[in-house]
Amino acid sequence: MEAPTTLSAPTPKREDASVRKVLIICSKGRLEDVYAALIMANGAVMEGIETHVFFTFFGLDGINRKTLDRLHTATVGNPSLMRHLPTMLAGLPGMEALASTMMKREMDKLDVPPVSELLEMIVAGGGKLYGCQLAVEMFKLTRDDFVEDLDSIITVGQMFELAAGDRTHILFV
Amino acid sequence: MVTDLLLSERFFNEEGYLTDPDQWTPDLAHQLAAQEGIVLTDKHFEVLHYLRAQQAAGTKLSIRRVGKSGLVTIKQFYDLFPGGPLKKASRIAGIPKPASCV
Repeated sequence: MEAPTTLSAPTPKREDASVRKVLIICSKGRLEDVYAALIMANGAVMEGIETHVFFTFFGLDGINRKTLDRLHTATVGNPSLMRHLPTMLAGLPGMEALASTMMKREMDKLDVPPVSELLEMIVAGGGKLYGCQLAVEMFKLTRDDFVEDLDSIITVGQMFELAAGDRTHILFV
Repeated sequence: MVTDLLLSERFFNEEGYLTDPDQWTPDLAHQLAAQEGIVLTDKHFEVLHYLRAQQAAGTKLSIRRVGKSGLVTIKQFYDLFPGGPLKKASRIAGIPKPASCV
C-alpha cells in the first residue's frame, strides 16, 4: 500500500520568532525569588528552550547545598505576606521559619518540588546552572559548597556569552 | 485508509492535539510521532499508555509525576521525546495539551 504523501493533521507551529534561549539570573536568596527563577527555568526547559541559570550574590543560596532546601521568606518588610500582622510581631523569633514552612507546605500541595529536586529536573532536561565567580569569592565559597549539577563558576563576561544569538531572553530575578 | 481518516483535520484542534482521546490508536501515534521526527519504541508506548491512563483518571499531568512513575526517569523522558517531552508525548498519546507549570 502506498504511504500517504500528505498528512493533514496540523503540525505544531514553529515560528521563527519564538523564544529560542533564556538566561535567567537569580540574584536573591529568598524562597519566593529562588522559586521564581527556577520555575521559569524549568518551564523553559519543558518547552524545549535552551536554558541557562546564573546564580549571583544571595541567589547563590539556591545552589548552596547547605541552604538550598532551607530557604526562607521574609516576614518583615514584606507587606504582601500576613497582611494583618504588625511588623513588630512579624520580627519575633520563629516567625520567619513558621511562614516559610507554611509556604513550603502550600507549594507541596501543588506538586511543586523542593529546590534540590527542581534543580535536578532542570539539569535532567538539559538546562545548565552557573555560579557567579565574584560573588563566590566574596562569600568565600568553593565549588564543593555547591550542588554536583553546577556546570561551572563563571565571570559576568562569560555569562553574557551564554546569551549570544538572536531570540534570546535575559530574565533578572 | 484508516490512517488517512484519523489524520483528517476535524479530529484535531488548531494546536494539533486530538480532540477525542478515544479516537487514538497506536497506528495514529506512529504517524504523529513521525511528524515530530520520533520513531516510537516499546518504551515510548509504555509512557504513552501511562499518560493516557493518568489523563483518563483525571490526574493533572506533570513531568515530575512522569519521573516518579517508575517507567522512566525525567532525563529518559526528555531523551524519548526531545524538546518539550510533556507536550509532545501528550500530543502523540492523543490527549489534550497539559496545562502544567511544573
